[in-house]
Amino acid sequence: MAKTTIPIQLANAPTPAFEYFSTKKDEFVGWARKFSLFPYPFVTACCAMEFMAVSSSPYDTDRFGAALPRFSPRQSDLLMVVGTLTHKQAPVLLRVYEQMCEPKWVMAFGACATSGGFYQNYAAVAGIDKIIPVDIYVPGCPPRPETVIDAIMKLQDRIAGSHHPIITENF
Amino acid sequence: MAAAILDLMQQQLVPAGGEASLSHRMLVVVVLPADLLGTVRRLKSEFGFDLFLDVTAIDWPARTPRFDVVYHFYSTTHKIRVRLKTRVPEAEPLVDSLVSLYGSANFMERECHDMYGVVFRGNPDLRPILLYEGFVGHPLRKDYPKQQEQPLVPYRT
Repeated sequence: MAKTTIPIQLANAPTPAFEYFSTKKDEFVGWARKFSLFPYPFVTACCAMEFMAVSSSPYDTDRFGAALPRFSPRQSDLLMVVGTLTHKQAPVLLRVYEQMCEPKWVMAFGACATSGGFYQNYAAVAGIDKIIPVDIYVPGCPPRPETVIDAIMKLQDRIAGSHHPIITENF
Repeated sequence: MAAAILDLMQQQLVPAGGEASLSHRMLVVVVLPADLLGTVRRLKSEFGFDLFLDVTAIDWPARTPRFDVVYHFYSTTHKIRVRLKTRVPEAEPLVDSLVSLYGSANFMERECHDMYGVVFRGNPDLRPILLYEGFVGHPLRKDYPKQQEQPLVPYRT
């Protein structure tokens, strides 16, 4: 059996697998980014219990490259708003969102973050999308872990398929 | 023991113009706002009610006077509770603060002030505690519109 240690490609020579591959720059960066989501859990309410369940061993979001929570918004990509947002907290959420560097994504985790849930009163914001833009909504009160994992995978698909502004002619 | 204290309180505690009744074996005393501080002082010093549990209010929109201010106390020696009520009008929802007797009354009175607009005379700090500066009105009053929000951050359009 011939050894294939020489990585140089000869013209028209048959190619062993994985010595090179062709892709689009956007797809390549998207592929890298989608598996390195650093979530920032903005945990405000009871959905936190479900967040703990989904991020620890039985469901394990680590399998999707979205495991390590960063407790500084400046180091994170994915803002997970887990629970009810009150009007008093809205300025805090906006500040956290503004501190995050691009690229950044936002997940509304649970019914309250999505729409205010059953709180339609003086205290609660009826959905965090009134304050900051949201990329993906997770329904449920609280969401099933499968729903959250599905949301992460859908978000990853979206990241992989989107245009990444860092890609210029000189990239 | 508890029954004896209860009898004693029913006989001695209720000031003139007040009334007393039993609710689920707990003494309920209704006093005039002017008698509140004196009654609570006696509760604490003579009857051993050393724990202040809560103060809240009830809004009766059709009634005059409109608000009930409701206090609960607990005695850690006798293991009984007592409820104290007083009625204040909408025009001047004013009662004496209990901060001089129970330090824990401070935050609870602030909450009651937030939610019902009851003014506690003598409370050193009636700033909003659950609400925020600039909030207009008192959300647990029955005439506060149920869905009226007062956002701090302008909504995205």
